[in-house]
Amino acid sequence: MAAMIIETENNKWEVICGLEIHCQIISESKMYSGASTEFGAEPNTHVSFVDAAMPGMLPVLNEQCVRQAVKTGLGLNAKINKYSEFSRKNYFYADLPQGYQITQFQHPIVGEGYVDITLEDGTARRIGIERLHIEQDAGKSIHDIDPCMSFIDLNRSGVGLMEIVTKPDFRSPEEAGEFLKKLRSIVRYLGTCDGNMDEGSMRCDVNVSVRKIGEGGYRTRTEMKNVNSMRFVMQAIENEAKRHVEVYETGGEIEQETRQFDPSTGKSKVMRKKEFAHDYRYFPEPDLLPLMLSDEYIDGIKKDMVELPDAKRERFVRDLGITEYDARILCENREVADFFETAAKGRDAKKVANWMMGDFFAMLNKNALRISESPISPENLGMLVDLIAKEVISGKIAKDVFEIMSETGEAPDKIVEEKGLKQVTDTGAIEAIVDEVIASSPENVASYKAGKANLLGWFVGQVIKKSQGKANPAIVNKLLSEKLAK
Amino acid sequence: MTISAEDVKKVAFLSRLKIEEDKVAATEEEFNKILNWIDELNEVDTNGVEPLASVNENFIALRRDEVTDGNIQEEILQNAPLKEYGYFAVPKVVE
Repeated sequence: MAAMIIETENNKWEVICGLEIHCQIISESKMYSGASTEFGAEPNTHVSFVDAAMPGMLPVLNEQCVRQAVKTGLGLNAKINKYSEFSRKNYFYADLPQGYQITQFQHPIVGEGYVDITLEDGTARRIGIERLHIEQDAGKSIHDIDPCMSFIDLNRSGVGLMEIVTKPDFRSPEEAGEFLKKLRSIVRYLGTCDGNMDEGSMRCDVNVSVRKIGEGGYRTRTEMKNVNSMRFVMQAIENEAKRHVEVYETGGEIEQETRQFDPSTGKSKVMRKKEFAHDYRYFPEPDLLPLMLSDEYIDGIKKDMVELPDAKRERFVRDLGITEYDARILCENREVADFFETAAKGRDAKKVANWMMGDFFAMLNKNALRISESPISPENLGMLVDLIAKEVISGKIAKDVFEIMSETGEAPDKIVEEKGLKQVTDTGAIEAIVDEVIASSPENVASYKAGKANLLGWFVGQVIKKSQGKANPAIVNKLLSEKLAK
Repeated sequence: MTISAEDVKKVAFLSRLKIEEDKVAATEEEFNKILNWIDELNEVDTNGVEPLASVNENFIALRRDEVTDGNIQEEILQNAPLKEYGYFAVPKVVE
């Protein structure tokens, strides 16, 4: 289902939602200083005088942050603005030593774009991107060490951020969730942000309003800041939309306000009302000149772009013949897609996809492994599929071989050789076992001949068991049918 | 454009500046003088002229992405009135 509709006695309400996502830029050093961006260092060690806003220090823009923003813009099918400007956004907070944030206001580096998403039921939706601009991150306040003091760590102060603003195009929590998943996938493919919401390298503000179906324009929206998991984003939208409807239905009005989402209850409460809203007094940043990008520069980045999830998915469906669904799952993560492509090379990609979607992912899940830690190499998974295709082993034995591969990481041909798991396709050898089984169960033979046709399955099972799973089932079937018919 | 005593107080609050009550009127007057001067500039016809963000005709110079700074915790904290465990310590701020 695409849209979320809230039905009340007299009305049908639809949900309108837009997102603002802050993505920490992957770079070695900070946006305006040479201090490291590495996470988890001792407090205030990755801080330069620029990041601590010591008087007289001047920002110098990091070339890599610009490149990453342009790359991400291209990944969002967006217009890259060759001219952009920096602005000061003024506010006071203990973890913002400058007293202002250097950001972009009127002239962002990236303009309008879009991201295509596919919902669970297969519905395709296009979500508009309003803009992407670059700005500096603030430091971190720690409130829970001391009862009367807050502690400030400036290690994060000055790390580059991309703020991505969507159009109010979401009509349900599911759409917002799918979008975030897709955005994470894109920035990870591009290597511009690691996309970890739980570590705060991707953070989300949620804007929600509702309107009656058929109503034009938008009603007042409320904003929820720093909702930090996909599940919470979806929960926040749903609960906030319901709250709006309840307020309207009981004759109230929604006020424009910023709310804080509480993960423990799934509800939000007022943080600040509009009359206390921050007045940021933006003005052009005097310490930084405008940024100008040449066509050659942008084209150079375009040329180096990796294949993005949508293009890869289409190619997998078109050239490798796997299903749309499998392709979507396999392409969400670049390492998974690469693994699959290596494993599928030169063989039946559909069979490889089946193994990956089934036993392989189950094995990773069970052992809590990332794909990069897989004990089974893509080449070996491919070889396993070959061994089945060439009838060296049966599908049943393959499961056992897979099990051993996941424990030892050995190549399947070696395992088959050492354990003597080769499928017996020699008719003579199988015939001997078939004769033995028939001779040892005269009652079942009699029943079968008297019309109990489903006993054939039992005979097949006995023969395969006696061969320790190695007899080719097709040959067993054929021989048994012939002999029992006599 | 003129501004009122209320505006003066609001700007002072946003800038975290303390303006004594008996200085508000004088500050208001000063602000208005500046704004009147800006109004004079507005008499110039700027139709069709691109807004100018900088008088410098160059564009920004970029830095290579290298770690060249940091690991000076002691110096960073040197002027802090209060510090604990390598952090700046400030009055509790929870919004």
